[in-house]
Amino acid sequence: MALIRHGLPAREDFAAVGSEDALPEGAVIVPFARYRAEREALLARNAPLGVRIEPGERVEELSDDLPRLAVIALAFPQFKDGRAFSSARLLRERLGYKGEIRAVGNVLRDQIFFMSRVGFTAFEVEKDKDAAAFAETMAEFSQVYQPSSDRRPTVLALRQGARMAAE
Amino acid sequence: MYRYDEFDRTLVKERVAQFRGQVARRVAGELTEDEFRPLRLMNGLYLQLHAYMLRVAVPYGTLSSRQMRMLAHIARTYDKGYGHFTTRQNIQYNWPRLGEVPDILDDLASVEMHAIQTSGNCIRNVTSDQYAGAIAEEIEDPRPWAELIRQWSTFHPEFSYLPRKFKIAVTGSPHDRAAVKVHDIGLDLVKSEAGEIGFRVHVGGGQGRTPMIAMTIREFLPKAELLAYLEAVMRTYNRLGRRDNLFKARIKILVHETGQEKFRAMVDEEYALMQGESPIEVPPEEVARIVAYFAPPAFERLPDADPATDRLAAEDRDFAAWLRRNVKAHRAPGYAIVDISLKPIGGVPGDATADQMDLVADLAETLSFDELRVTHEQNLVLPHVRKRDLPELWRRLKAAGLATPNMGLASDIIACPGLDYCNLANARSIPIAQKLSERLADQALQEDLGELKIKISGCINACGHHHVGHIGILGVDRKGTEYYQISLGGSADENTSLGEILGPSFTEDDAVEVVDKILGLYRELRENGESFLQCYRRVGARPFKERIYGAH
Ligand code: SF4
Repeated sequence: MALIRHGLPAREDFAAVGSEDALPEGAVIVPFARYRAEREALLARNAPLGVRIEPGERVEELSDDLPRLAVIALAFPQFKDGRAFSSARLLRERLGYKGEIRAVGNVLRDQIFFMSRVGFTAFEVEKDKDAAAFAETMAEFSQVYQPSSDRRPTVLALRQGARMAAE
Repeated sequence: MYRYDEFDRTLVKERVAQFRGQVARRVAGELTEDEFRPLRLMNGLYLQLHAYMLRVAVPYGTLSSRQMRMLAHIARTYDKGYGHFTTRQNIQYNWPRLGEVPDILDDLASVEMHAIQTSGNCIRNVTSDQYAGAIAEEIEDPRPWAELIRQWSTFHPEFSYLPRKFKIAVTGSPHDRAAVKVHDIGLDLVKSEAGEIGFRVHVGGGQGRTPMIAMTIREFLPKAELLAYLEAVMRTYNRLGRRDNLFKARIKILVHETGQEKFRAMVDEEYALMQGESPIEVPPEEVARIVAYFAPPAFERLPDADPATDRLAAEDRDFAAWLRRNVKAHRAPGYAIVDISLKPIGGVPGDATADQMDLVADLAETLSFDELRVTHEQNLVLPHVRKRDLPELWRRLKAAGLATPNMGLASDIIACPGLDYCNLANARSIPIAQKLSERLADQALQEDLGELKIKISGCINACGHHHVGHIGILGVDRKGTEYYQISLGGSADENTSLGEILGPSFTEDDAVEVVDKILGLYRELRENGESFLQCYRRVGARPFKERIYGAH
């Protein structure tokens, strides 16, 4: 397992905690159900807090708490379950979340480009080799057609810019 | 026709380079077949019964002669000298070698083509009316909108891992040749009472195991809102579409389980929320840029009739039959739309040899303003031919076996690849299509039977559109033997209906006999020149059941 954060290999500084596990000291990522059950206590801890959201769970339910959460980990139980792509965009564009959105689970190297476009900033990949290939995979496409959370200028905007410049 | 600019070109080239890397990783053993599978499936590469199959996108069925020549070149260089045009207006190659696929993609990129999103759980190649821009009844040319959708859906970061594949069709004519109501999203260009043109939006149609007719969720969508509204539909589906059961994952299930009103409200709510988040907007200048590529060609001013053509029609019965069946009225006087039949009697529906493709490319270049279309009924079209060129065109097509005068008739059969190629098949589709075509070959018989759509699928996935065939034939497996189930009364036009199953299934030879009997009964029952479909809709299934299975 390797963590990439903002494009670089990073040291894991959060402990992923299950629903029954004892809470360790320091930064933790807890399942959404546990967060709901122990919200007050978790927020009162003096350590960064993250919440892990499964694909069927609605990120909107977290909206009021988002400023207090350091990490939202969106789970991919299978790589082909693409619901978290929408969740990430909603977190960024609708709910204004500014913290880390992390892809966890069955995350494929060849999905990272799309993930980063919809607002993911951290990725837990299974193979170290995939982490090393991050820069390469991000450079595979130099243009994008659609606006998304990454606010990259789209082909639509670039064409429009070229038209204005020509006038 | 649309031409790539530097951005489109760059993206397609980058995709080829990316796929080349993925193939290299596979060949080097860095990727297992399981890991490689989703990657190749995003790029139209399937592993079939005997070999890989590569599906190449023909966006909204439009091709130039240069592109068609490249398709011929690929058939010759990397395949066995032919290609197969599909019900999705695409072309498939059945024998490419994995290591050569990146080279094929490079060749395609050189003529502004690709295999992007021709498979996988993403938004697939957009389909449209094969007569777009040529037919008189058209409200507006749908192709610029199809191109806009092509670009928007290409590498969409949010909608590339949908619950299931997603197909969008657009039409601009009152008579629906694009079967929009059996697509995940179907768009009709319509004119409002105020005279404004916009889209009617249908969602949740589909064929396959659970055929369903789409529900209309928006009667009039202003053009400027198209992509943003599509995003709202897609997001609703991506979040809520079922992922627990492969067979219930299409949007049709979500829409029908949710109900029309509620689904519409969900999309509207999502759409309203998106308004605060800088939804995708297409500048009018960009629409104008794309529309300009589809400007009508420089038609000459011609008298509508051409005497020499009329004379030949009076003298030559074959030519007259071809004119009657394969030539349609064009919007410009003195021009015609020509269907090229890929359904020779006893042939494989939709197959074309490399030489045929080259010939068609030449004909398009010299006689049809360099334009060609692929139809979802697996034929080709030369959309803009001068009537005075029809005799020459006919002779050249005929010499190449491409002038069978059977468009819309009994032998214009749709058939999926079936068990000859496809590893999902229960039964073969091609041989039964061939037998039926031979049985119904007689031109006088076919013309007497009139408009008839026979559609054959080798399994419940319905790639051969059997649910919407006037006569639908479905391959089923009965204890390891190939059987065929027959349904009647389906239709994919603006009056879409799903066929009803006639009864227990038949062996291949019996199925051919049964179709023959069904048609015999139709000839007995029809009144006042009714078509088969009209007759069936009037009399219902009963007389046909009785004729085939006997009265009980
Ligand atoms: S209908 Fe079935 S057999 Fe025919 S091509 Fe589709 S999946 Fe294959």
